[in-house]
Amino acid sequence: MTDIRVVRDRDRSTALELIDVVKHYGTGATEVRALTDVSLTVAPGEMVAVMGPSGCGKSTLLHLAGGLEDPSAGMVSVAGLDVPGMSGGERASLRRTDVGYVFQRLNLVVSLTALENVMLPLELEGVGRREARARAGDALASVGLVEQLDRFPDDFSGGQQQRIAVARAVVGKRRLILADEPTGALDTITGDQVIELIAGLPGRDGTAVVLVTHEPRYASWADRVIFLRDGRIVDESAPADPGAIREPVGAQR
Amino acid sequence: MAVREGLLALLEEAPRYGYQLKTAFESATGGVWALNVGQVYTTLDRLHRDGLVDVDASGEQKRYSLTPGGREALGEWWRAAPVDDPPPRDELQLKVLLAIDHGPDHALAVITRQRTALTRLLQQHRRGQRRGDGVPLAEALVADALAVRAEADLRWLDLCESRILRTGHPASAPTNGGTT
Repeated sequence: MTDIRVVRDRDRSTALELIDVVKHYGTGATEVRALTDVSLTVAPGEMVAVMGPSGCGKSTLLHLAGGLEDPSAGMVSVAGLDVPGMSGGERASLRRTDVGYVFQRLNLVVSLTALENVMLPLELEGVGRREARARAGDALASVGLVEQLDRFPDDFSGGQQQRIAVARAVVGKRRLILADEPTGALDTITGDQVIELIAGLPGRDGTAVVLVTHEPRYASWADRVIFLRDGRIVDESAPADPGAIREPVGAQR
Repeated sequence: MAVREGLLALLEEAPRYGYQLKTAFESATGGVWALNVGQVYTTLDRLHRDGLVDVDASGEQKRYSLTPGGREALGEWWRAAPVDDPPPRDELQLKVLLAIDHGPDHALAVITRQRTALTRLLQQHRRGQRRGDGVPLAEALVADALAVRAEADLRWLDLCESRILRTGHPASAPTNGGTT
């Protein structure tokens, strides 16, 4: 396939880059601007959270990053690859091999077992069944699921299903994980566990993460938090000196 | 604040020496509420004066225990809910309320700045927080309390922003320059 070549030689210094991105729907009087002049660079191994009121453009930003939509103007690249310039086949390849998704709505295939769900992207990529099985098993183990992998999604709790979804998103050693409200349906403690899992990816294998959430609790795991309002980035929070503020508990005398 | 009641609660578990009470209090509160030993003894003296604790001075150190009166006072404290709703007079609210008087753009800029600062605080808490199964429960609960308070303020700021934007003013504006 031609896309193999595309995936080889590239600039790997950024996982995701948006430069002066504009996205609008419709034209003239009915034009709706979803994003205006958005520039954002996410480095490999970095976790960025995107926050903002509903309708601020959070999801549009993720769709552009994943090649699901094209910008009206500006540049979008994933790992140095110009996404809008890609053919349909190249995009499909990008989504199978470089970009993993975790959505709020658990989009597991209900008729496939936990293991088969995680094997799916590998098999679509052409990985042999035996190897896919082994790698899917490893990915599930990395999210803490090692038993009863032959059960179907409905047999698992909401938190476990989201773990399966995370395993599926990361199984191919992705460069970029796009997570859209991945904790939406979960209680706080389970949500914490899922975010902790996602937040652990950058440190573990250099995967970059873009997390869209409206919960400051979950956004606070990120290295940087971007605030969108009316399709523009209005501010950004990145602690200058991580961890230096709070004394270790028990140190006070 | 509630140091009196805290000491009574610890004495209900077992009679204790003054310094033991200090240590037990700090460990029960996840290490974030330090007491100095002088404060402990002053409080114990008052509790003794009020008939809520007994003092056994027969050993080298004074040993304190709960009296029936102390047990009763403690029972009332457990039962009482802190019902007196504080009036909304914190500085953050004041700032946003006054900012609205200066126009929606100013208000949104203030909200943005406050939200960024609070988010940064939350990120810093998150990084300073120990995780895993070995963290003492009290410590985890105290960390939760800090986070949840910041989250409450952030949620309120989100509501402020949504309400201001919903009033449909034209320049629901970027703070980084842009359209006027």
